[in-house]
Amino acid sequence: MDPECSQLLPALCAVLADPRQPMADDTCLEKLLDWFKTITEAGSSLLLLQENPCLVELLCHMLKPQDLSSRVLSFSLRLTGVFAAQEDCFQYLQQGELLPRLFGEAGPLGGAAWTAPTVRSGWIQGLRSLARHPSALHFLADCGAVDTIFSLQGDSSLFVASAAGQLLVHILGLSMQGPADGPPSLQAGDWPACAKKIVGHIEESLRSTATPQITQALNVLTTTFGHCHDPWTRVLWVRLSPLVAGLLEKDPVPAAHSLVDLLLSVARPQALRAQAFAVLLQPLACVLKATAQAPGASGVLDGTVGDFATVDTLLPSKAACVGLLCRTLAHLELLLPLPQRPCPWPQAPLLGAAVTLLQLCQGSASPTSDTGHHLCALLLGCVRVQRAALDFLGTLSQGTGPPELVTEVFAVLLEYLRSPDSSPTVLKKAFQATFRWLLSSPKTPGCWDLDPQALLFLRELLPVLQKRLCSPCWEVRDSGLEFLTQMTGRWGGQAGFRHALLASEVPKLTEQLLRDPESYVRASAVAATGQLSSQGLCISPASPEHPGGQQKSPLSELLHILSTDSEGFPRRAAMHVFTQWLRDSHADVVGDTEEFVAGVLQVASQDLDWEVRAQGLELALVFLEQTLGQPGSPCPYAVTPPVVAPACPLAQALQPLCRVRLFEFAFRALFDCDRPVAQKSCDLLLFLRAKMASSSSPQEARSSPDVASVEAALQRWQAGDQAQPLGDLEPEVVLAVLKSMDLEGLRGALAESSDHVEKSPQSLLQDMLATVGILGENEADCY
Amino acid sequence: MKLYCLSGHPTLPCNVLKFKSTTIMLDCGLDMTSTLNFLPLPLVQSPRLSNLPGWSLKDGNAFLDKELKECSGHVFVDSVPEFCLPETELIDLSTVDVILISNYHCMMALPYITEHTGFTGTVYATEPTVQIGRLLMEELVNFIERVPKAQSASLWKNKDIQRLLPSPLKDAVEVSTWRRCYTMQEVNSALSKIQLVGYSQKIELFGAVQVTPLSSGYALGSSNWIIQSHYEKVSYVSGSSLLTTHPQPMDQASLKNSDVLILTGLTQIPTANPDGMVGEFCSNLALTVRNGGNVLVPCYPSGVIYDLLECLYQYIDSAGLSNIPFYFISPVANSSLEFSQIFAEWLCHNKQTKVYLPEPPFPHAELIQTNKLKHYPSLHGDFSSDFRQPCVVFTGHPSLRFGDVVHFMELWGKSSLNTVIFTEPDFSYLEALAPYQPLAMKCIYCPIDTRLNFIQVSKLLKEVQPLHVVCPEQYTQPPPAQSHRMDLMVDCQPPAMSYRRAEVLALPFKRRYEKIEIMPELADALVPMEIKPGISLATVSAVLHTKDNKHVLQPPPRPAQPTGGKKRKRASDDIPDCKVLKPLLSGSIPVEQFVQTLEKHGFSDIKVEDTAKGHIVLLQEAETLIQIEEDSTHIICDNDEMLRVRLRDLVLKFLQKF
Repeated sequence: MDPECSQLLPALCAVLADPRQPMADDTCLEKLLDWFKTITEAGSSLLLLQENPCLVELLCHMLKPQDLSSRVLSFSLRLTGVFAAQEDCFQYLQQGELLPRLFGEAGPLGGAAWTAPTVRSGWIQGLRSLARHPSALHFLADCGAVDTIFSLQGDSSLFVASAAGQLLVHILGLSMQGPADGPPSLQAGDWPACAKKIVGHIEESLRSTATPQITQALNVLTTTFGHCHDPWTRVLWVRLSPLVAGLLEKDPVPAAHSLVDLLLSVARPQALRAQAFAVLLQPLACVLKATAQAPGASGVLDGTVGDFATVDTLLPSKAACVGLLCRTLAHLELLLPLPQRPCPWPQAPLLGAAVTLLQLCQGSASPTSDTGHHLCALLLGCVRVQRAALDFLGTLSQGTGPPELVTEVFAVLLEYLRSPDSSPTVLKKAFQATFRWLLSSPKTPGCWDLDPQALLFLRELLPVLQKRLCSPCWEVRDSGLEFLTQMTGRWGGQAGFRHALLASEVPKLTEQLLRDPESYVRASAVAATGQLSSQGLCISPASPEHPGGQQKSPLSELLHILSTDSEGFPRRAAMHVFTQWLRDSHADVVGDTEEFVAGVLQVASQDLDWEVRAQGLELALVFLEQTLGQPGSPCPYAVTPPVVAPACPLAQALQPLCRVRLFEFAFRALFDCDRPVAQKSCDLLLFLRAKMASSSSPQEARSSPDVASVEAALQRWQAGDQAQPLGDLEPEVVLAVLKSMDLEGLRGALAESSDHVEKSPQSLLQDMLATVGILGENEADCY
Repeated sequence: MKLYCLSGHPTLPCNVLKFKSTTIMLDCGLDMTSTLNFLPLPLVQSPRLSNLPGWSLKDGNAFLDKELKECSGHVFVDSVPEFCLPETELIDLSTVDVILISNYHCMMALPYITEHTGFTGTVYATEPTVQIGRLLMEELVNFIERVPKAQSASLWKNKDIQRLLPSPLKDAVEVSTWRRCYTMQEVNSALSKIQLVGYSQKIELFGAVQVTPLSSGYALGSSNWIIQSHYEKVSYVSGSSLLTTHPQPMDQASLKNSDVLILTGLTQIPTANPDGMVGEFCSNLALTVRNGGNVLVPCYPSGVIYDLLECLYQYIDSAGLSNIPFYFISPVANSSLEFSQIFAEWLCHNKQTKVYLPEPPFPHAELIQTNKLKHYPSLHGDFSSDFRQPCVVFTGHPSLRFGDVVHFMELWGKSSLNTVIFTEPDFSYLEALAPYQPLAMKCIYCPIDTRLNFIQVSKLLKEVQPLHVVCPEQYTQPPPAQSHRMDLMVDCQPPAMSYRRAEVLALPFKRRYEKIEIMPELADALVPMEIKPGISLATVSAVLHTKDNKHVLQPPPRPAQPTGGKKRKRASDDIPDCKVLKPLLSGSIPVEQFVQTLEKHGFSDIKVEDTAKGHIVLLQEAETLIQIEEDSTHIICDNDEMLRVRLRDLVLKFLQKF
């Protein structure tokens, strides 16, 4: 604990102990407790109590008969538990008889305060915290706490009752872990007294005729078997199962729900998982069965559904049907990538079910049964199911499927992409699923190009994409462009794809969408143009098709957007593209890299959007790395930038950076009012300084007048006056300035979150004191 | 109550309802799909069309080659296009009292009915229906009359010859009844028989029934009709829409509690959602124009075009199409655009409020103002000097058989850069395109039909709960091309009764009550007597006076004055004899008390026997029986009138008289 807090603590304890100073806000107490938990987890509780005697005083104060607030009392009980969790501290508190007096009959337990549920809850939680070591077990047995816990199981407050049950489970578990001399024997007769007592109580409850008691016992057992799989639990089950079986024979079965929960928790996990999976598959099995052309077509799922009556029960109304199917699909989607997913995974039937569902929603399925017709009517045009099924279908692309089913998958995807009735969200999902299936389509060995089937599909897809790019709905244009960007990124270098794309109107439409009225679409068009241009798929400014066309090159188009677009998204997208182009040594950039970088940085530095400025620093870093010849991530397969490590002195190597005014940009960003920008700039300059240190640069320009004037200018910048430019900087000056700057300190300051002061424990203590007016200034008002 | 079904086309209905003493024609639709069998009428001489080879029979017989031409494997009649009229033989149409029109598309056969069948009744329709209907007819007549055709083919219609023709000519129905288009004179005469009505206006027909138009939400002034008497209600639902487009929303509540609901005019493309189609329309339009191609939209001069122009108004700037000219070519283009702006009270709420701002309700006013939309009566004249490509042209007729559209099909059909986008659902686009094959231009089918789909119908029927639904047979089964779509049919309980062309349906309900009024002075004279708590009876003697299907009870004429003069006596001769009124009896006879009374009056030797229906009181001495039953009492004595009267008076003592 830091000294400032230690100083404040006595005053706070005094406030807490003073019944005239009510704590208005109990979230403060929670925060305080959290703080103490952090402290005790990191260090010794005993030491803490010894260094801050006010804490023990506070706890002792609770024992005096007085009108204390139940909140503070509850807090103190919990706090005691937190301290007593460490055995030495437990002993320390035991010496003062503090624990028995707080938790025993003499404490709040017997008093009027016990009527407040919060006190009872505090009592339980306190015990829960301290029950961590064998000493605690003896203590619990001695002070009769276990009997109190039994009675609290039926408490009028549900929170208290439930916590009491949990505490019993915890104590049982703790006592069965046994003392240091090894675990207790598996013979139930040899179990520790505490465990015997609890088990005896459970047995008694199970024999009881009162349902609430049976329920309590069953809940304790369910939690026990659910959380712990130690060998002793099996012994416990063997001992108790006749009693549980006895319950099953009663008519009516008492506490049926709790009994089911218990039986589920003791069932063997693997068997249970298979059953759970079968239940999960049931709705899809219904769908397949209702639409199957021939019986048995649903394959593995077949066994999970009995007859059409099941369908009627499971999927009676539209709301029920849609809700159930969506949940099923979502669960299966989550399950698919997990290692513990059921094996064998019924990939083909699931694929069939997803396709069938999509067809039902679209009205293109041809159901053979009345149930199928009924399902069709329920699902027709249902956007929720369409979205869920498309997501699921996309996930299924990780596995394979029979070729005829895969053909069906592509057919249904195309149907969705084509359909004028597909809503924008559905369409987006359809695009995503299509991309995933194209990714998983079989590859020709040694070739990354799309296989002939996929290419045929692509030829049908491109006209659809073309139309979607002209949609009146901006979301559709946007998702169309995103899809194009993904596709180009993946297959832009492959001949088949290039040929199909260039034969379509898509590149031209993309160029036109750079002037879309919707900023999101412009942003996506920028990204797509960037990708197309990287792959050389942009329509050239003066192609034979557009003789004398006034079209600008993609670079100047995007620069124009960066400097003039009124919205942030397209400008951010342009910066991303530029950074990527620089990284990939894009043809338009390589021509005159310095001019490109200088131009972009100049525009970016004036941008009002901090993300644009931050991205500017990213671009600067890429340029820096390329100039200084050290790629950020040394990857053996990366395209080597044309600039190789300079053999020349560092100052000379910095010349290009000075020419593009990179340092002016970086220094300005260093004092940016937006923290992420400043942090990024700081990292960049630190990287440069590290570089400087590693190279043996003999030049020293420490005392040059230029350095002084630059430092002076930077100080003004830091103070907020950024009007004056730095002018042309010499590499030597830059190096000198960098050396003299406290960049580490700046980074530390920037790393702290802006609310780090408000979140400190000191601030918490001060706040709590301030609310009751202890901190001084208000005292004068007290006459 | 009977329904005579004169049209087989579910969206162009023509039915006659006989209800009480009235004969009401419901709509007067004209099936124009027959024109698809004819060659297009080119406005400008088309060498391609005029050089089409004549068709000859398989055996080489070419006697039909003047009448029938062949184009890309299809055979067309080279003659003035003809229309398939509603059935005229099923019922004598001169007996039709009134014709109720529900929307401007459903009145196109009106001149045929009003001018050639001896019809003498009245036609009821709303003002926009009449005005826009007139525009549609005017356009139709204009399209056909301005391309005079020298010959009129009739040989092919001969039944023996028709059998030899290829499909679809071979299967065309009732070709002998097909008629050429009416003239403007007939149109004017027909329209002069129309009486204008407003929504919810109650119109009395001969006092027998009341008819009321209700807003149907489909088109400007479109209506459904309620036909009701005091105790029966028939609803006639024709083209209706629940979508928010330009017309006033549909009035559903007034359709409740109908005995019979006649359901026609549902969407022709139940699988196409109008919103999706509008999106499709815009995308394809933009795609074509951006590639430097032209877009041709064959359409009617009113209706969906207003909505399309509104969508385009919002879309063209965002799609970068601001510099593309939009042309609307129709002889009635100007009137249509202007009419739409003046029917404020028939528009949806949003558009109505614009009028008070004041702003034109439809944004096409602004398109015209900014020169983005230009309209011309024909492609001759100003249009040819303004014409600039690439452009978008809206023009008729959607059948592609006449109108300016024929010229644009010939002009643009050869280039794959151009696109024709079909938005009107009335004609199969493949059949419409048949005489233009081979065709290089792109064809997009985006039918926009805002009328009710089957989901909406099922909701509507649940809401208004008619006792019986009557609809065209097409609606009682899924469309033939989508036989698995059980959702694409009317689903109600009891199942809908279906009709087909030339069928007469007896509607499934009987009239049981009729309302009669009582004159105040007569009512005043009534003396009600409470028979049971809450039920009073009174006898009334009156004269039932029936005129104009209204029934009134009037006081009976006073009995003749005994001292009257000659004149009076004569007057009283005319009125029927008024017998002295006998009182009506009610009550029951308690047997024991009756026997006691008999004994008191000197009868002895009385025996009472119980029978199944009551009692027999036997006066053995007088050899007389008194048979007392629940609803009758008989005194049977042998020719002793005095005794009978005495006994009768004793019986009457126990009964109430009034």
